[in-house]
Amino acid sequence: MGSLAFAILAVLLVASALTVVVHPNPVKSAMALVVALFLLAVTFVLLEAHMIAALQVIVYAGAIMVLFLFVIMLLSLERENPEAQPHPPTGLRVVAWMGGGVLAAELCWLLVRQPLPPPAQAAADYGSAQAVARSLYTDFLLPFELTSILLLVAVVGAVILAQRRRP
Amino acid sequence: MPAVWLDLGIAAAKTLLVLLMVLNLSAILLWVERKGSALIQDRIGANRANILGGLLPFNLGIVNTLIADPIKMFTKEDVVPAGADKVLHFLGPFLAVFPVVVTFAAIPFGDVLVIGDRTIDLQVAGLNVGILYVLAMSSLAVYGVVLGGWASNSRWALLGAIRGSAQMISYEIAMGLALIGAIMTFGTLDLQEIARAQGAHVLGVIPAWGILYQPLGFLIFLVAGVAETKRVPFDLPEGESELISGYFTEYSGSKQAAFMLSDFAEIVVVSGLATTLFFGGWQVPFLGREGWNLPGGVTLAMPHLAVVALQLVSFTVKVFALCCLQILVRWSLPRYRYDQLMDLGWKRLLPLALVNVLVTGLVIVLAS
Repeated sequence: MGSLAFAILAVLLVASALTVVVHPNPVKSAMALVVALFLLAVTFVLLEAHMIAALQVIVYAGAIMVLFLFVIMLLSLERENPEAQPHPPTGLRVVAWMGGGVLAAELCWLLVRQPLPPPAQAAADYGSAQAVARSLYTDFLLPFELTSILLLVAVVGAVILAQRRRP
Repeated sequence: MPAVWLDLGIAAAKTLLVLLMVLNLSAILLWVERKGSALIQDRIGANRANILGGLLPFNLGIVNTLIADPIKMFTKEDVVPAGADKVLHFLGPFLAVFPVVVTFAAIPFGDVLVIGDRTIDLQVAGLNVGILYVLAMSSLAVYGVVLGGWASNSRWALLGAIRGSAQMISYEIAMGLALIGAIMTFGTLDLQEIARAQGAHVLGVIPAWGILYQPLGFLIFLVAGVAETKRVPFDLPEGESELISGYFTEYSGSKQAAFMLSDFAEIVVVSGLATTLFFGGWQVPFLGREGWNLPGGVTLAMPHLAVVALQLVSFTVKVFALCCLQILVRWSLPRYRYDQLMDLGWKRLLPLALVNVLVTGLVIVLAS
């Protein structure tokens, strides 16, 4: 049951991720990314990680992607036909294909060389808000605090950038 | 095997019950809105259609708002504007309605129903991260607005969509922070546990509902919730005097009805969440699982089914009262200006919610 659900999810996930890359219309690419992020959250649910799944939807599908769409819509206001994009130069495309190919080959090689370990038994409260919070505030306290400082810096930077310069 | 089918059947029945409750309450709210606004503005209101042919001396407008109007809506021509993105234009209303309706899955509408040796939790999905699920789904509601507006290939609709997405993101933050105060008070994200935790009484007489501990949190939540429903005084995404009808200008017939339905369903969801977090959910004061525990040590036994029924009624009445409050707000206040809207969200509600979180944390630390 679980592996069947995962198989369906994986196919949909890869299909929507491919759509993000190949679709000529930026708004539809962004929407495909929303679908991909949502399906990733569903994958987290299959792994019993409910907390991470909810956060994934709130942060990525719900907030960040809305900003993406917002910016895309504002930028493509002028353009009558968003499908008529100039093609990137051939050299760039060759390099991109090569980079992607190398990464894919590495991944396949890793999977072939080292067989996957048997699935571990999850703890009873695995993935609950309490379990995630406990490990976040004990084992990963320093990275957590550093991340919050990073976010604070980003917020201050955004405010300074957005401020109108007054002579 | 039969036990599995029975479980599935129970889950399906609960899902259907909640779905019908949200949709029916939305329809009833449509009537409250039409006739209630007439009452507020000293008009007669919807009174054209009548089944009994005017036999009654008064016309409550039920035929008008719940039968004639929907039939008209659903039989109207469905116009797709030239140059619109057909797929996204079609998906818009679905994306608006779906997230709102599924949100109610995490909201408990009763304690437990015991039939034989089976204990049924009166909640569709008993999620450990219930509040986060609600926030996640409500954050997805923005896509219906954004895509509907963008796909229409109309300036009014696009302006409405951009206003809508900015507004919904802004108020989501204040709403989330207001909820954090409540989460800290109850120490759990599970909405059913939160509802159960509000069964006690302070000093033996006052029900220990969330609003007692989080009055400021409730006010911020309610304001942010009204803003999320995109209705007056926060209806800038559809402000008809400037944008015709905002993001759903180019929708007609049943699709336009779907956008209206999503607004009303959102009122029901906000009320349901506020009821669960701040008004004791399905709790009836002094009513325990076995019967009444009145102050002064008087206990009155009551049959289990009657207790469950009372809890259902209590939840529905609270939700309906909060819905009516929101409709009252909608017909009492004028529309904000856009800069006032952003000011209220970012410069008033957000700092207030942060102060609420700090004070709540301080009290919890001092009390423990």
